[in-house]
Amino acid sequence: MTELLALIESLLTFFGLPDWMVFVALTSTKIAIVLLPLILAVAYSTYAERKIIGFIQNRIGPHRVGWRGVLQPFADVIKMLLKEVVVPANANWLLFLLAPVLSLLTAFAAWAVIPFDPSFVIADIDAGLLYVLAVTSLGVYGVILAGWASNSKYAFLGAMRSAAQIVAYEIAMGFALVGVLMAGGSLNMGQIVEAQAGTSISRWFVWPLLPLFVVYFISGVAETNRAPFDVAEGESEIVAGFHVEYGGIAFGLFFLAEYANMILITALTSVLFMGGWLSPFAGVPGFAGTFLAEPHFAWLAMKMAFFGFCFLWFRATFPRYRYDQIMRLGWKVFIPVTIVWIAVEGVMVVAQVGPWSA
Amino acid sequence: MITSLLFYAFSLILVLSALGVITSRNPVHSALFLVLAFVQSAMLWLLLEAEFLAVVLVLVYVGAVMVLFLFVVMMLDINVEELRTGFTRYVPIGAAVAFVVVLEIGHVIWFRSQDVLAVATPEPYPAGYSNTQALGSVLYTEHVYAFELAAMILLLAIVAAITLTMRRRPGLKVQNIARQVAVRREDRVRLVKVDPVTDSGTSSNQSRIASNESRAESVDSQTASNASVSVSKESVTDSKDPGTGD
Repeated sequence: MTELLALIESLLTFFGLPDWMVFVALTSTKIAIVLLPLILAVAYSTYAERKIIGFIQNRIGPHRVGWRGVLQPFADVIKMLLKEVVVPANANWLLFLLAPVLSLLTAFAAWAVIPFDPSFVIADIDAGLLYVLAVTSLGVYGVILAGWASNSKYAFLGAMRSAAQIVAYEIAMGFALVGVLMAGGSLNMGQIVEAQAGTSISRWFVWPLLPLFVVYFISGVAETNRAPFDVAEGESEIVAGFHVEYGGIAFGLFFLAEYANMILITALTSVLFMGGWLSPFAGVPGFAGTFLAEPHFAWLAMKMAFFGFCFLWFRATFPRYRYDQIMRLGWKVFIPVTIVWIAVEGVMVVAQVGPWSA
Repeated sequence: MITSLLFYAFSLILVLSALGVITSRNPVHSALFLVLAFVQSAMLWLLLEAEFLAVVLVLVYVGAVMVLFLFVVMMLDINVEELRTGFTRYVPIGAAVAFVVVLEIGHVIWFRSQDVLAVATPEPYPAGYSNTQALGSVLYTEHVYAFELAAMILLLAIVAAITLTMRRRPGLKVQNIARQVAVRREDRVRLVKVDPVTDSGTSSNQSRIASNESRAESVDSQTASNASVSVSKESVTDSKDPGTGD
């Protein structure tokens, strides 16, 4: 990967392009390298979801399109692309069409600072963690605007529910990230991963920050409006929530954004708490020197796949939360837990106990 | 060159969206224009290499404050005609206030720009400069008291806002989840021993009401009375549901 980028850079400078054009070309290449697999991963996570939930519920799942249904995502995408996007009467058409684009934009923008391996990240910025917080907090606009611009009661109710839920869980998520940056001593995502490198997996932040890890992952599930926190869609009460009026590829974009956000949460959880690209066998005596102990993108992918499986597992296992219980969990349970643990962590940092002191 | 081009592009959108805030008739559109204005000013800060301030502006104002604004504005039922009724009456005072504000802004810009001497393009910081780090090292050393004071004022505002909106209505039925969770099996269910009815006994159809004590005794009484035990209906439902009493 790095060699490819270096090759492109040397080629472009060889042709005598100015620096900023080389920069733009390189960054565009990097963006393509991240986004194309991401979109494919989104497509196949819908397939994985249907297959895994089918397995849990003792069904087969999709099996008609292609070998065992592997082409199902493409069939779905083509179907959605061919459908008409209907704008409801008296709806605000500009905002109506802007909303899905906005939610997809924020879902993709956060990937700019995710470090995939020691040398590959699109934008290695110092305020990376803050950037992630800021960009993910913009995701709520897509939902609110979709609900409001649809000119429909159900869509509006769904948008209100979803927005209140996202705002509530964002605070707990933010506090969990404060714990991470205290432990890592940096806002830069790459440096946070480096801070977890060392003797063994005991250096990963998941151990000293276990309560924050649990809060972060559950908040991530709530933040993406996934089951069991999917009252915003609540098909038994408000039909399908904020995107009830959307059809065709406009709905497809919401769908894409939801799964991209889901994959983003798995990536963030892996990077911030589970050591990102670091190998779990790093400090184990028998593995020293072998390729299993080397840091590699594959480790990050495996961790992400595990958390992605957890998302689907939750959906197949837990009944939907009631709305007031969701709010209670966010405001009265998670936020106090994170505040207490940040205080505990502060004492640990000052007293030089914990993995970061070594 | 690129930087100044970007600067003019962002500034143009900023000014236009600021105009949109005050000219658009739909309050939701106004709020959205304000969001755009915030994002554009964050971009201007990015051009000044103040990435921390830019990200925090987006995080706090766009991500939190404006979401709440939109929330409220969307739920309001604003009658635009009614708002316009007093327009001619308030025009003179509005114009006077606008005039004073414009005068003050002009004054500040004019006189301050005299001693700054032809604002030159600021020199870019050397590579490796971190705005976040620079801000933090000043904020927690030189300005630590002002910083803590601001934090206290914000905390006070939070507490005040919560106290103002917190009402306790008497007779309100709310769930007490702690009490619901604290319920043990013994509070809800009683185990009673039911002997199989046998034909041999003379008093086989005799039944008696189970009491709390009989549960422990039922083993002893089994031989004595050889009677079946039934559950009294009231003993199951008499205790109030501990969770919903408040």
